[in-house]
Amino acid sequence: MKARVTVTLKSGILDPQGKAIEGALRSLGIEGVASVRQGKVFDIELDGGDPAKAEALLKQAADKLLANTVIENYKVDMLK
Amino acid sequence: MKAAVLVFPGINRERDMARTLKLTSGHEPAMVWHTETALPAGTDLVVIPGGFSYGDYLRCGAIAARSPIMDAVRAHAAKGGLVLGVCNGFQILCEAGLLPGVLMRNENLRFICREVYLRVERSDTPFTRGYNAGQVIKVPVAHGEGNYIADGETIARLEGEGRVIFRYSSPDGMIDPNWNHNGAINAIAGIVSERGNVLGMMPHPENHVEAKIGPTDGRGLFAGLAEALKRAA
Repeated sequence: MKARVTVTLKSGILDPQGKAIEGALRSLGIEGVASVRQGKVFDIELDGGDPAKAEALLKQAADKLLANTVIENYKVDMLK
Repeated sequence: MKAAVLVFPGINRERDMARTLKLTSGHEPAMVWHTETALPAGTDLVVIPGGFSYGDYLRCGAIAARSPIMDAVRAHAAKGGLVLGVCNGFQILCEAGLLPGVLMRNENLRFICREVYLRVERSDTPFTRGYNAGQVIKVPVAHGEGNYIADGETIARLEGEGRVIFRYSSPDGMIDPNWNHNGAINAIAGIVSERGNVLGMMPHPENHVEAKIGPTDGRGLFAGLAEALKRAA
């Protein structure tokens, strides 16, 4: 079973890296970019076939390590 | 003083720290590997040094904060034991939940390696009894992620409870954005826990303790700690 955990910065948290990327896109002449926020994607393969169990496990993984919930939100998606 | 210096893979300031502890207290600290589950008996000060634990993978300090020895550090802190985290050590303490907030990428996106001025906000802590409140000290910083931030409520609490111990300042102690090198909120360079026994700071006082090398403004912190622990013993 495969899953994806997406970690993004909470709104209101300053993202200097996103800002730099935003500036770089502008200097490349890519028009129409209003703002950029950088995040992280974890593609995770799991043993076992119970999606509910897998989701609970991934939430635990995200809370304990993958995300710092002081500044980040996360989303768990089961891929198949 | 019976200090324990924690060692994680990728840490690189542990020998500077050990040297300074020996120099200022006369006692050799124990070096404690991250897979240990207990601190040496009688440890009265835990020091988490600077460096790049686990190559700063995931987030600075995130993986070190979850290593086996940290449960022992948590128990030590819960009993009121002193904990000092410098640079990566500060990041690890935040990730471990022993201090609030987080250290983000520096506002200017650059790694900053230079001497900075710090205003000591309080002298009535075991960490700062060697200084006067309002005193300005010069110590080095070397970090890419030192931009302290927390939610508004936490910042208000830290300020209200007088838990901001060091701020980046001008040489004459003024708080000014031009002297706040990494963009930290309220120019915060170091904070203590609710009980005041855990200090996290980005600058490296351990590198300014010997006249042969340069300024000795960092000495007050360690000499003060040694004195505080001697009195407590």
